[in-house]
Amino acid sequence: MFDFYFELPLLLRLLLQGTAVILVLFPLAAACSMAERKISAWIQGRPGPNRTKPPVAGFLAPLGLVASIPVLGTALQKLGIYQLAADGGKFTFKEDPIPGHVNKFYFVLAPIASMIPALTTVAFVPFGAYFDAAGKLVPIALTHLDVGLLAVFALGSLGVYSLILAGWASNSKYPFLGGVRASAQLISYELSMTLSVLPVFLWVNAPGGQGTLSLFDVVQTQSQPGFWGGTWYVMTMPVSAFIFLIALFAETNRQPFDMPESEADLVGGFHTEYGAFKWSLFFVAEYAHMIVGSGIFCLLFLGGWNPLPWVPLADVIHFGAKFLPCVGTPLFTGLIAIALFLGKVGFFIFFFMWVRWTLPRFRYDQVMKLGWQKLLPLSIANLIVYALVIAWIETR
Amino acid sequence: MAVVTVERKPLTFWERTYLPNIAAGLATTFKRMVKPTETLEYPEQRPEIPTGYRGVPTLVYDPNGREKCVSCQLCEFVCPPKAIRITPGEITSDDPNAHVEKRPQEFKIDMLRCIYCGMCQEVCPEEAIWLQQQYSMTGYTREEMVNDKKRLYELGGTLPDEHFKWDKKKAAEQAAAHGGHH
Repeated sequence: MFDFYFELPLLLRLLLQGTAVILVLFPLAAACSMAERKISAWIQGRPGPNRTKPPVAGFLAPLGLVASIPVLGTALQKLGIYQLAADGGKFTFKEDPIPGHVNKFYFVLAPIASMIPALTTVAFVPFGAYFDAAGKLVPIALTHLDVGLLAVFALGSLGVYSLILAGWASNSKYPFLGGVRASAQLISYELSMTLSVLPVFLWVNAPGGQGTLSLFDVVQTQSQPGFWGGTWYVMTMPVSAFIFLIALFAETNRQPFDMPESEADLVGGFHTEYGAFKWSLFFVAEYAHMIVGSGIFCLLFLGGWNPLPWVPLADVIHFGAKFLPCVGTPLFTGLIAIALFLGKVGFFIFFFMWVRWTLPRFRYDQVMKLGWQKLLPLSIANLIVYALVIAWIETR
Repeated sequence: MAVVTVERKPLTFWERTYLPNIAAGLATTFKRMVKPTETLEYPEQRPEIPTGYRGVPTLVYDPNGREKCVSCQLCEFVCPPKAIRITPGEITSDDPNAHVEKRPQEFKIDMLRCIYCGMCQEVCPEEAIWLQQQYSMTGYTREEMVNDKKRLYELGGTLPDEHFKWDKKKAAEQAAAHGGHH
């Protein structure tokens, strides 16, 4: 099977890989919307959506048969999985009106434009690794670029254009204000975010070595032997991680930074005039951004696919292979690495939702003040301190 | 009155970052999340109805199976939204309850009009109409939402009686007829 796959033309293989990743990311992003509803419900002391059950007839019969499996079917129903399917169906098939006062071309373009950066950035995120025949760790990613993080930043910040476009094309005051806020917020926090990751790359790119911005190499430097080799950067650079996390909240427009859509003062913000499938595209894009952003945070600061600090993936695989030889095969290693990585990402998705129901939304001027007067100076100071410390360590 | 000036302590640096309070807030929401839910899953779990609850108005029988309503129509007159319509009827002389003289021929309560105020129960001299514990009243048509006499007695059932007023009256009349005290 592997041989057959590797004999396919390169372009076809890349196409298959890309489709596979999107086919995982898209439902994952959709599933986040259900997770959001369930976690909101649990935090508010409610059960959340737990009633929907497909019928055992018609074209939904396969789903209905799954639902009638005794324990599993009920558990899925309680978790709202069928509600998710129903929501998806609703968004796909319901009428999608375009208001008369909008600029139609850009109005339709905006949700599409929001999906493109969301689904493109995932190409640069290594989400697992396996050992090749020579025992060398190889990343599992769509592309393994040396400028990985730069590409993610460059494309990720394009996501805000769709918000501005949506706000502008809606030709109505609340979406317009939402779009303006989105752009201002992005500029404010993009700076701190970029500055906060510089110490990590100062440390990774030791003088004399080959320079890199690759996310895979960042993980590699967190899985070396020894005390300092095995620490995750969240321990050695907590301030960087903290600034990056806050900026990530702001970049993905999550509470408490959801200025562009704050429903209390802007009705629905940039998506006020949207409905049905186009509206759902904005949200899938937002969740995809969250997944990719959490993934980058895990890679930079939480050791990527390493299960624990000082316990790199290699140790676990070698340990496991002693008992079960199949654990050592590339397929299993890859799956274990992906599972560990997705577990960490899942925790961050949960964290996003957890914070949403804990903190009230900031006022717009507070967002600006926090961004420019607090986070930016803090990230510059952080950069200077770490530059001096790293210079001192390297020249010792 | 003496004025006590309370000194407002300046916030420490750590407090001004808000981080301790954010962490405390996260702990609160997390604790809330792992606790059992506060809600009832309605059709399966029903709320406990307290005594004295004013639910759907119903008509009741006394423990001897006599319908207590004598169709005096006081409830019909007092009803603020005019939800009640009574057609009075006579009790025939061969009926064991002939001494009661009247009972409703038809008794209709329009539940689309009823405001569950309980004035009918309050005004009833016979304790025949009761707002009991049923709180959910549904139907597909307007006609279904009008409770007729049969339905009102089905909903009401039998309630205990403290007085047996009409039995006492009958006994007194019989005693008088036999030459005793009236």
